[in-house]
Amino acid sequence: MFDTLTDRFDGIFGRIRGKGKLSASDVDETLREIRLALLEADVNFEVVKGLVGRIRDRAVGDELSKALNPSQQIVKIVLDELTESLGGEAMTVSFAAKPPTIVLMAGLQGSGKTTNSAKLANLFKSQGRNPLLVGADLQRPAAVEQLRTLGAQLDVPVFSEPSDPVSVARAALDEAKRLGRDVIICDTAGRLAIDEALMEEVRQISEVLDPHYTFLVVDAMTGQDAVTVAENFHNTLALDGVILTKLDGDARGGAALSVKEVVGRPIAFASTGEKIDEFEVFHPDRLASRILGMGDIETLIEKAEAAYEEEEAEEAAQKLLEGTFTLDDFLQQMQQLKKMGPIGNLLGMMPGIPKEVRDVEIEDSQVNRLEAIIRSMTPEERTDPNIIDKSRRLRIANGSGMQPQDVSALVTQFNEMKKMMKQLGVGPKKPKRKGKGKGGKRGRRGGRTTAKGPAPMANPTAVMNEGMESLQGLRLPGLPED
Amino acid sequence: MDPVLLVVIIVGLLLVGGAGAFFLRSGRDHVPTLDPTTTDAADKAIDANAGPEAAVAVETEPSVSVEEDEPIVEAAPEPATFRGRLGKARSAMSGYLASVVGRGDANAETWEELEEALVRADVGVGPTMEILEAVRARADADKVTDGRAIIDLVKAELKDRLGGRDISLAEGGDPSVWLFVGVNGVGKTTTIGKIATREVAEGRNIVLAAGDTFRAAAAEQLTMWADRSGASVIRGGEGADPSSVIFDAVEHAAANDADVVLADTAGRLHTKTNLMNELSKVRRVAEKGAGTVTETLLVIDATTGQNGLIQAREFTQAADLTGVVLTKLDGSAKGGIVVAVQAELGIPVKLVGLGEGAHDLIEFDADEFVDALFE
Repeated sequence: MFDTLTDRFDGIFGRIRGKGKLSASDVDETLREIRLALLEADVNFEVVKGLVGRIRDRAVGDELSKALNPSQQIVKIVLDELTESLGGEAMTVSFAAKPPTIVLMAGLQGSGKTTNSAKLANLFKSQGRNPLLVGADLQRPAAVEQLRTLGAQLDVPVFSEPSDPVSVARAALDEAKRLGRDVIICDTAGRLAIDEALMEEVRQISEVLDPHYTFLVVDAMTGQDAVTVAENFHNTLALDGVILTKLDGDARGGAALSVKEVVGRPIAFASTGEKIDEFEVFHPDRLASRILGMGDIETLIEKAEAAYEEEEAEEAAQKLLEGTFTLDDFLQQMQQLKKMGPIGNLLGMMPGIPKEVRDVEIEDSQVNRLEAIIRSMTPEERTDPNIIDKSRRLRIANGSGMQPQDVSALVTQFNEMKKMMKQLGVGPKKPKRKGKGKGGKRGRRGGRTTAKGPAPMANPTAVMNEGMESLQGLRLPGLPED
Repeated sequence: MDPVLLVVIIVGLLLVGGAGAFFLRSGRDHVPTLDPTTTDAADKAIDANAGPEAAVAVETEPSVSVEEDEPIVEAAPEPATFRGRLGKARSAMSGYLASVVGRGDANAETWEELEEALVRADVGVGPTMEILEAVRARADADKVTDGRAIIDLVKAELKDRLGGRDISLAEGGDPSVWLFVGVNGVGKTTTIGKIATREVAEGRNIVLAAGDTFRAAAAEQLTMWADRSGASVIRGGEGADPSSVIFDAVEHAAANDADVVLADTAGRLHTKTNLMNELSKVRRVAEKGAGTVTETLLVIDATTGQNGLIQAREFTQAADLTGVVLTKLDGSAKGGIVVAVQAELGIPVKLVGLGEGAHDLIEFDADEFVDALFE
């Protein structure tokens, strides 16, 4: 239903190729596609208007007409603008000089305040802080029980009392002092932004707590209304940031862009799963690619960095490109991959993967089956799978508890892929982009804001995108045609 | 899954992952060390893979506890109405519509404004275009040019698309099972509480099944609703197999001559294949005993954007939806996504949630919904 923007633009530019110059109507058509893509990603209408206007200014200027590859150039422009709108930097939470640091959570019903209060507590705890969770949601049945259960899992104390939310907040301050906790995270009841009585209540809670950080919890699946909600909460509470939840689904999360654009506050954290530690500092540039359906290559690279041994990775990449990759290497790589997290999640981060494939959830147990097949092979077979004949195949199948045709499928596929990798390796691209990674992560990682470079992280993405494009050009066998 | 596809995927991943690390290596000297929190989180994320699933030791015999309480009689407030509730929300549409009406005869801008108005109500670009095309054709045929008349045509088109469906909740099982599904945080448990209140008030014997065994304190939340409404509740331990909890609830209902089992399920994102499979199983097992699943209702939050359509598609594939419950319509969100859901999948909206109170659940009325959309 929605291919990546790049695909769409390629279509448009394919038609006009040879014309040399983009006409006004070509640009209009492109902008229409951009607008559609953004609206389908739930970016607010007003925000889309502004964005498309800015993109138009750049696109009709020299920038586009001089570009050798206008479709990529325009994607880059769009990506730049989106990243800029989302706020170039990740937000860092600094702790108050005089503890406790107080955090207030607010949002609509069901956006994930309670769960994310606990996730935040977990994050602070891992940073060596001693958080106190405060249950000021006395409205939803069992909300406090939920918080207590989560608190017990984390070994973080939870304070609440059956009075009223404002009194709970007040008492929590004393409780934190008594227990010597240096961070207070106050969960509040979900409320509609237009419910005056409840908005007044949360304002009072905020007055009592005088929080250092007030976070609005926003569901990534929210539609056009996100802006109204954020505006109302911001007017009442003066937000400091946004926590974007349920990003592990396939919602494109355009609402986040709208919220950032309208209230001018950064998205601080993103929740990416139901488990308590599936919670991370938010990276704007990554969401930008996601809104455009372009994958999240940087998180993938980051995970790879954490899981891979540097030299092994280099060696593997080398082997891959040379075509001397064996099933043994494959096995090893699979294990590395598993260290990076569930394969299905990783796949979702890859750009240029057809939606049908991306949506297939791969269980690690399925990977285990592949592993079993390879493990049932002799070293010779792993080095040269072509020696596998009928009887060897049967032995391997029996050894791994799979069918003989599974074995041959694996071997055929492996050979195909190897061939392709080799083609890729001798292809036009050599990593002459040395030093592009320079400073790329400086701003985001370093805590204090230093001068920002001009969106340097676009580079690995570009490299990867090109890689994927050449891959697709080679027509992956076995991938469903789209 | 097809192992062929797997190999492709893994090698692809490998290429990107391996090559990614390879490329980055060249600039590594300049890359500051990873932020400890990020690394920690990533490490834990990996550890956590074995986490809760492992803990979900499937309890075949969940400790069944039956709780039956006297209903706490609430001062029955007047039932919610669309107009009363929605009136509060200042509509983003009103501006557009005033402009359309004020212009008198329609021009290109009129259509643009109508498009914006619908998209802003989360109807979605595709359905909006379709609707407006249909309206345009009709306006041309009938020689309608006045802005107000065109708005009426749009309303009529929407009502046409949304209305005329049987929205009663089906029964006929012995007992009937109504299953509630949806993504996290849309209001499944609350909806069940409200329906229980309504049905018990009508003198029916209702059993609640606490099939959300994942979220902390979900069963407690449902139990509180049971206490309030006077329904009984069957719950398993936390982490118990939801199928078995619901099965037990159906058995309990059959033994006690109950009319309907309202089965709660854990919120799940439609992208999680294993959780969607679990849901299919829940639906199958719910019919293993005496009961019949006569309704499978997708609960959708009115604030949901275009993702709602994908949700509906996936959930109906897993559990065969019979209807939609649109919740949180008392906020500023318009819930236009149900237009797309009904248009593409033909699944009607049956109920609408308009607040947190026990009586804030009413039957969907296409006319009122559309009128409210345009207020």
